[in-house]
Amino acid sequence: MGEFKVHRVRFFDYMPSAISKMAFNFLSERLAVARADGAVEIFKFTDNYFQEKVIPGRDGRAIEGMCWVGQRLFSAGLNGEITEYDLENLRPKYSMDAYGGPIWSISSNSQGTLLAVGCEDGTVKMFEVLEEKIQFQRNLDRQKGRIISLSWHPSGTKIAAGMMDMIRIFDAETGRATHRLLVDRGLGMSKGREVVVWSVIFLSDNTVVSGDSAGKVQMWDSITGTLRKTHLVTKWDVLALSVSQDESSLMAGTSEGTVVQMQFLQSSVEQQERQWVRTRTFKNHSHDVRALVHTDCAVVSGGMDTHLVVLPLLDQVEKSSKEAKLRKITFPHRSLVRCARKAGLLLFQFPDHLELWRLGESEGQGKHGDCLPVKRNPEKLLQLTRKGEDHICCSAVSPCGGWLVYATVSAVRLYRLQYDNNNVSISRVSKLPKELRTVHQLCFSSDSSRLFASSTHSSVVVVALSNPEVKHLHTLKCKSGSKQPLHLLVPSDDGKWLATANADCEIHVYNLHKMKLHCTVPVYSSCPTAIAIHPSTCNLISVHADQQMFEFSLQQKEYTEWSRRLHKEGLHSLWLDRDTPVTRVAFNPENPAHIILHDTFMFCIVDQSLPLPDAQTKFYNQMTLRSLPAAERMRHSHAFKICKYFQHLMTVELLEDHSLVVVERPLMDIMSKLPAPVRQKKFAT
Amino acid sequence: MVEHADIRVVHRGGSKINFRAPVISDDSRLLLCASGECVKVYSTSTEECVHHLRAHTDVVTGVVLRPSNHLQVYSCSMDGTIRLWDFTDAILIKTYVIGQPIYSIYASAQHNGVLFITIPMLNDKTSEMFHLVAVHLQQSTEQLVEARELSVVISHVSSNPAAIAFGRAGEYLASTKGLQLEVFFLKKQKSNRFSLKEENKKGRKNTFSCVTCHPTDDCIATGHEDGQIRLWRNFSHKKEYTYSTLHWHHTTVGSLCFTPEGTNLLSGGVESVLVQWRYNQDTQRDFLPRLGAAITHVTVSPDGTLFTTTHSDNKITIIRSGAKVSAVIQGLVKGESIETDLLIDPRSKALVMNGKPGHLQFYSLQRDKLMYNLDIVQQEYIYQSDLQQFEVVKAAFNSSGNWLATVEREQKDAELELNLKLWAFDDQTQSFVLNTTISAPHENRITALCFSPATDSQTTTVLVSSSKDGHFKAWQLAAHTEDEGPCWSCDFVGAYHGLVPSCCCFSADGSLLAVSFQEVVTVWSSASWELLTTLSQPPGDIRDLCFGQLSCSKYLLGTSTSNLLLCWNLLTCSLEWSTSMDISLLLADPLSENMAAFCSQSGYTHLFVFKPSEPRPIFSQKAVCSGKVMRAVFAPREEMLESCEESSQWLNRCQLYFLSQHMDLMTFTTKAEEDKLMDSSKQLVIDDTVAMTPFHLLLGKRRKEREEPQPAVSSPSAQRSSSSIRELLQTPAHVLPSTSYLCSMFVRSLLISVTDNREENNEAEGEMDSEKEEEDSEEEMDTRDTRPEQVSAESVSPALTKAQLRELRRLKKQDHSWLQGLLDP
Repeated sequence: MGEFKVHRVRFFDYMPSAISKMAFNFLSERLAVARADGAVEIFKFTDNYFQEKVIPGRDGRAIEGMCWVGQRLFSAGLNGEITEYDLENLRPKYSMDAYGGPIWSISSNSQGTLLAVGCEDGTVKMFEVLEEKIQFQRNLDRQKGRIISLSWHPSGTKIAAGMMDMIRIFDAETGRATHRLLVDRGLGMSKGREVVVWSVIFLSDNTVVSGDSAGKVQMWDSITGTLRKTHLVTKWDVLALSVSQDESSLMAGTSEGTVVQMQFLQSSVEQQERQWVRTRTFKNHSHDVRALVHTDCAVVSGGMDTHLVVLPLLDQVEKSSKEAKLRKITFPHRSLVRCARKAGLLLFQFPDHLELWRLGESEGQGKHGDCLPVKRNPEKLLQLTRKGEDHICCSAVSPCGGWLVYATVSAVRLYRLQYDNNNVSISRVSKLPKELRTVHQLCFSSDSSRLFASSTHSSVVVVALSNPEVKHLHTLKCKSGSKQPLHLLVPSDDGKWLATANADCEIHVYNLHKMKLHCTVPVYSSCPTAIAIHPSTCNLISVHADQQMFEFSLQQKEYTEWSRRLHKEGLHSLWLDRDTPVTRVAFNPENPAHIILHDTFMFCIVDQSLPLPDAQTKFYNQMTLRSLPAAERMRHSHAFKICKYFQHLMTVELLEDHSLVVVERPLMDIMSKLPAPVRQKKFAT
Repeated sequence: MVEHADIRVVHRGGSKINFRAPVISDDSRLLLCASGECVKVYSTSTEECVHHLRAHTDVVTGVVLRPSNHLQVYSCSMDGTIRLWDFTDAILIKTYVIGQPIYSIYASAQHNGVLFITIPMLNDKTSEMFHLVAVHLQQSTEQLVEARELSVVISHVSSNPAAIAFGRAGEYLASTKGLQLEVFFLKKQKSNRFSLKEENKKGRKNTFSCVTCHPTDDCIATGHEDGQIRLWRNFSHKKEYTYSTLHWHHTTVGSLCFTPEGTNLLSGGVESVLVQWRYNQDTQRDFLPRLGAAITHVTVSPDGTLFTTTHSDNKITIIRSGAKVSAVIQGLVKGESIETDLLIDPRSKALVMNGKPGHLQFYSLQRDKLMYNLDIVQQEYIYQSDLQQFEVVKAAFNSSGNWLATVEREQKDAELELNLKLWAFDDQTQSFVLNTTISAPHENRITALCFSPATDSQTTTVLVSSSKDGHFKAWQLAAHTEDEGPCWSCDFVGAYHGLVPSCCCFSADGSLLAVSFQEVVTVWSSASWELLTTLSQPPGDIRDLCFGQLSCSKYLLGTSTSNLLLCWNLLTCSLEWSTSMDISLLLADPLSENMAAFCSQSGYTHLFVFKPSEPRPIFSQKAVCSGKVMRAVFAPREEMLESCEESSQWLNRCQLYFLSQHMDLMTFTTKAEEDKLMDSSKQLVIDDTVAMTPFHLLLGKRRKEREEPQPAVSSPSAQRSSSSIRELLQTPAHVLPSTSYLCSMFVRSLLISVTDNREENNEAEGEMDSEKEEEDSEEEMDTRDTRPEQVSAESVSPALTKAQLRELRRLKKQDHSWLQGLLDP
């Protein structure tokens, strides 16, 4: 495997933001997740839950409701605006003030023609969904007190609205409130407090299900306006409800972090009458479950503890299949760390600032597993706070460490860095070419003379960097006509090639000398999660969300022999079972046959010169190999050498001096920064 | 040595009543529970045992009401039979022979004439695989029916009866085993299996412990080892099944039961709390705490008014209307181990042993009923594993029964805490009152504790305790101060060459104390505490030491670890005889010379009864029970048995009770005794068959008047006569009174007095409530015997023998009205 000096970095204080709302698009099987900082993430469930797109947040945009209308995504928040997102350019398309104060919920009818929003002032406002915008239609009867939650009857004729202490049923056509369902307050202490109906669901059999702050899930008959059944689910709040599409299963998320399932069951085989029965309880969260989605075969939950949990329902999926595994998605599926390989600098990207660190130095030599004494501590050179309200969407540092760039949805800022001894001076490059406006990805060429920025329609803007002038050189356009944004942008070390990957799973390679498209790699069904061009052989390595790996020769414009062999023999099942995508590919200049890959829980060196493992081989064999004598070792080793010593990896990078930088973010550190969960009595305490 | 067929080992008084869940009759008046080899019928209101249903020859393993007749009950047993009983009258109606040991029995109202039983898959008692079979009961008039029509329903089931339950209207059967739940649909003849993982993420054990089904809904409740209760639904689909979890118990759920309407689910476990869950309102539950001991079974009466909980301390609690304990049926408490020996309270003749933790129980062997528990430790007991608490480890009574000595111990890691307590019997309160507490009487564990037998009331009783610290101490009652009463203090500390004493024993007259120090037996004078002699023996530590009784009091017997039974003659101070046997327990009958030795060999225990004077057993029985017998006691009989057979004579005065390895109290009965018991039970049956109608009251009274004298005619008077003869013959000649005196007594004893008998009978009835008075009155009766005017004219006629008299009586009893009819046409 080779030995490396490792910089084990744990000073990246990355803190994911709490999940506040989720919306699932059953047609395209994409999940939109809204975070507390206003960011929206799109997960593609058909592609191994890959985080396909990230729309950066904005100060003051607290999303309280989100819904899909066809392929369009709308959100509404406490700033009182309804926002539609441009999913191709990863930015809000437009925002429209509803003029009803903060908006607590948004819901569309099943036909996708109307949007209803519930406002602080007690109005339910209807908006018509037009081709390119939405238009205010009318108000329903104004109520006293805020409208917390909304749900359309599947027929689109009625709306249920959860309020303080009550639920209102509206006729959607006339706008009249037809029923007023009073919700009991809790017992004891909380009797004096208003009960908040956090969530309502209107079922097609005219049952209204409500979840409230007294911990009850209640079933109401909306025709007679009577209570049918009460399930006391928790002592705390029921924050979220979600029902399966066939309306036979209901999930309730609580403040305790539990998700409680209720099922619509016949009490016995003969009886046709069915009733809601509380069945299972799942606890995968330590904090409030704020958002829930019941897909056909799984429950997706998210909340204060920032994890997105995909919990398979074992009665719906095959036990042994890949879907039957519980998944916890904590870290973003792209790197937030950039490394200046020549200068030994690390750039950490936070939503509202950037941090530039210089790596420490150690002295002496050690054996395997030794900790070397630190000669110089790592040092934070710079903290750069962003300007404006929009959060940082991407950033880059040049390999020499002389340039720093970041972008928000509205602007790109480029800085020149100068070092003299311990002082860093930073100067902003004021005049940037106007082509650098809409940017999704940024990177520098290996000689730090060019800046590449991905722009609309998968195009790449190439900018030449020279003091004092920054000049737009060329815009590389792909011929496929894809409108999707690029999420990977990788230049080769020799400066000749630039590889890009977009959300349509296309990988394009441009020749930078000729400034034109060199070739397009055959499109694979799964989205590439990491690509890289080999410095010496000029082969393109791509790793995809379904854990497949390809090697494409740029010279021959075809898959290499090794790649074909890999696909003929198939990857090991343990490799395919991993649940985090590979987010970075690097190469070892000392040994051209080595490819370095990493995901959240391991890093791996693929040795192309060794035989591939077959299904019977012991996949994680590092420990056994170490115990074998050197002669034996060769016989047992296979191409995948996996190290699980470092966990929760944010990035693994090989520096110029052949030392390895490993940036870890232990989960415990994240958990300890969360606010205290609700107090619960535990047995034997 | 002959195997004596007429002496049988039987489960006796104090057999487990918590072995299987009890059954409550439809009218909630009677409660039936399997208890050893019989089924006991208790009244739910008075706690009294109404009937014993006796006929099985092995442990009864299940009782179930006959669904088609609520006055009948099926019972099954390891003897391979199912018996149908009329339980209100204790009549055996039918016996179905299966031929294989039956472990549990189930019946369902929808399956008429079919019973479901669990039997081994291979016809073999040691087999661990069981299947549930359906037995089709043929209609026949015969008493004994061979039921050979068996069809397997589910194979590989658990033998635990709580692991199988009938579902709604007998549609399906739920069976759990290990980590698997199997639901068998009887109509479709198809089964669905659901398995759980062995442990979930939090390391909880998911193994099933019990199962029950909702009476009207498709819902199965299962209890698990980690204390969870799962409610399974939708199990008619193989994949879309679902369950919800209820969690309150912290360890294994012992039992589960739905109320008949299905509104409540009852559960119980180690916590000794009965939990009532509202069906479909999971968060609401009621508790009935402090039921005394871990709950092993919960049942509900068919009308839902009574709940019963069966507890691990052999107790059935009857709870009325779900809230109040209305009755407690308490059997012999069996803890995990019996640290104290089995003792007989000389006063009440009750069996005394460890009961509830920290208590001594007084158990009446005759009435088979717990009399009371004496709290020795006087500390709250907390149910928790690995929590060390005070335990009563030794107890001893003095010969008159007015002093009780107990030793309690608490082992905290290396620290040892000992208390010696002395209890005096208080005549006013009729119970033991703590007199003296001696904390730390010894520095190490106490190995033996015994009182000196009081030969007369003048000599003070002495208590001797020997300990592992190398000393034995004699304790004596002494008055310390005037204002307080006398209390116990140490009188003498003895040691022998620093060796550890293991057991001590007083001779029958209390003059000698034998203490064994490892392999040396020392004999001390109890008057002067002088070491009189030491007795040598072949190497091996002494395990048991025992003086001979009565005429054999010159012998000292001992057993040693080198598997020897030794007998020393104290007059010669030499070894009289010794034999090689591995004796686990040696004990002396206080009322005769007999000694009993339990000897374990290859997993079985054999019993030998012998007299110390000769090394030849007068009785032996091989394989009394499996395992080692560690505790046994001779309990004096209330009335002596008349048995002339040599092999069973040793049982005449005393009965030998012993505890088997599984803590079952067993005893030996003779054939004669059993017959008598059977007769008495039949007698009871006839009395009970007539309903209590006004007509019966009129008729029954007259009939009783006529019948009463007869049954009691022969036995008591015959017994008395023969006992006086035996007394006459057995007493040494030099202590007998003059022959003239004896002669009249002898002649009188041969006379049969009818009037006397009737009087005595009435008297006995009147005096049933106080045993003490009864004892006193015996003497009175004897004196009354001597009064000549009580002898009726009829019985004076000497020509009539006993047999002739009986014949005459029979004729007299017969209805001679037909004769009258003939006479006056």
